[in-house]
Amino acid sequence: MTKQFNIDELIDNIASKLQAEIASGRISKPLVIGIHTGGVWVARKLHEKLNCSSALGTLNISFYRDDFTRIGVHPQVRPSELPISVDGHDIILVDDVLYTGRTIRAALNEIFDYGRPRRVLLVALVDRGGRELPIQADIVGAHVDLDKGQQIKLTGPEPMELSVISL
Amino acid sequence: MGYRDNLQLTPEKQLKHFISIEGLPRAVLVDILDTAETFSSVGEQAVKKVPILRGKTIVNLFFENSTRTRTTFELAAKRLSADVLNFNISVSATSKGESLLDTLQNLEAMQADMFVVRHAQSGAAHFIARHVPEHISVINAGDGNHAHPTQAMLDVFTIRKHFGEFAKLKVAIVGDILHSRVARSQIHALTTLGVDEVRVVAPKTLIPVGISELGVHVYHDICRGLNDVDVVIMLRLQKERMSGAFLPSEKEYFQQYGLTNERLSCAKPHAIVMHPGPINRGVEIASDVADGERSVILEQVTNGIAVRMAVMSMCMGRYSAAREAS
Repeated sequence: MTKQFNIDELIDNIASKLQAEIASGRISKPLVIGIHTGGVWVARKLHEKLNCSSALGTLNISFYRDDFTRIGVHPQVRPSELPISVDGHDIILVDDVLYTGRTIRAALNEIFDYGRPRRVLLVALVDRGGRELPIQADIVGAHVDLDKGQQIKLTGPEPMELSVISL
Repeated sequence: MGYRDNLQLTPEKQLKHFISIEGLPRAVLVDILDTAETFSSVGEQAVKKVPILRGKTIVNLFFENSTRTRTTFELAAKRLSADVLNFNISVSATSKGESLLDTLQNLEAMQADMFVVRHAQSGAAHFIARHVPEHISVINAGDGNHAHPTQAMLDVFTIRKHFGEFAKLKVAIVGDILHSRVARSQIHALTTLGVDEVRVVAPKTLIPVGISELGVHVYHDICRGLNDVDVVIMLRLQKERMSGAFLPSEKEYFQQYGLTNERLSCAKPHAIVMHPGPINRGVEIASDVADGERSVILEQVTNGIAVRMAVMSMCMGRYSAAREAS
């Protein structure tokens, strides 16, 4: 099964929802943080479109994963970089594919080791269901129904493409 | 020296123990450096900790005194959220007559997951690694004159931070090569990572026989030895290991081999000065060089934490390609 996604459209869609949140004042002092690797690509695009005053943050969650003893550390992932203190900021946390929710659990724990944000909003380019934790995104680009044997993967960064792989 | 072959690696070539740089492929050393790079940012967090070794017990087993190495290992373990036990054996069980293996079995019974070992006897960490159960990892924090691999890794990590790559670099190691486990590990690390040239600079009495077989060039004159190098590594004059007549006096050693600004000018203008510490001011290095702008001695200390975090985490959790996106 192959399904075509127009990624630019998905990102535009997310950006306009975020702009509405900012315009309404529900988000102030936004700090966009992408989760390595795909989440950073999406976050970079959103960051450009939102004209944020603060630089883009990136998060490498491998030290916060719950399966460390099984999979160990992965040296190829770049370190986390948060440009400013997260204290008091509204964080727009961006990932490419939202699945079990474990990545987001790890990302939240890491963010709180950097400080105390005022609020964290979760943005996912794709929500494929299959949650194993009580975590939901605030803004989603597209919902996709996949079987357990299938994977959806973002490749990039230029151009970004989503492909569904049957294992 | 086949006896220490690849006890350090699992069949999948993942790090299991870290005893010696010798015998480790370049890819593993580069993995350690890359992993240490990712750990560098932990020191910038408000909470300077990551949870990956939560619930693990790491035992610092020091049969020989050391403050800096033990403290940075302890700090590294704590930043990984492990629990740390410090055993200073020189004043503990062995002085009551307990054998090393009995001490180990007692610590195993306390459900330790990792031993960080320093010992005055070469081969001690290797011996311990051969006798611990499968789930325990052993890290060598210095054994006799043999090896001090985490020190060498933090040194090459510091060099990489300053120069980016190794291929074009000339490195001079100056001082007591004979008694230095640090020098031996540095030589293996630098040659494995492919630097252009490694030199050792010392009086004849402080150069071990056959050192050039490790692929290094030997110099007895410091100015010639430092000529055109990018990195100067000064070694501490190990007074506590000097039982014979190796040197006339410390003063004369400084006159012949001490690093002064004048001698440093033989090296390249961008050359950095390193030292594993603790430094003896006025013996192997002049104060104004140690505190000068080319000195990276304190950076080495900071980098030591990230490098030790990398080695500990790689030994405790082995990366497998079967990683699944979630």
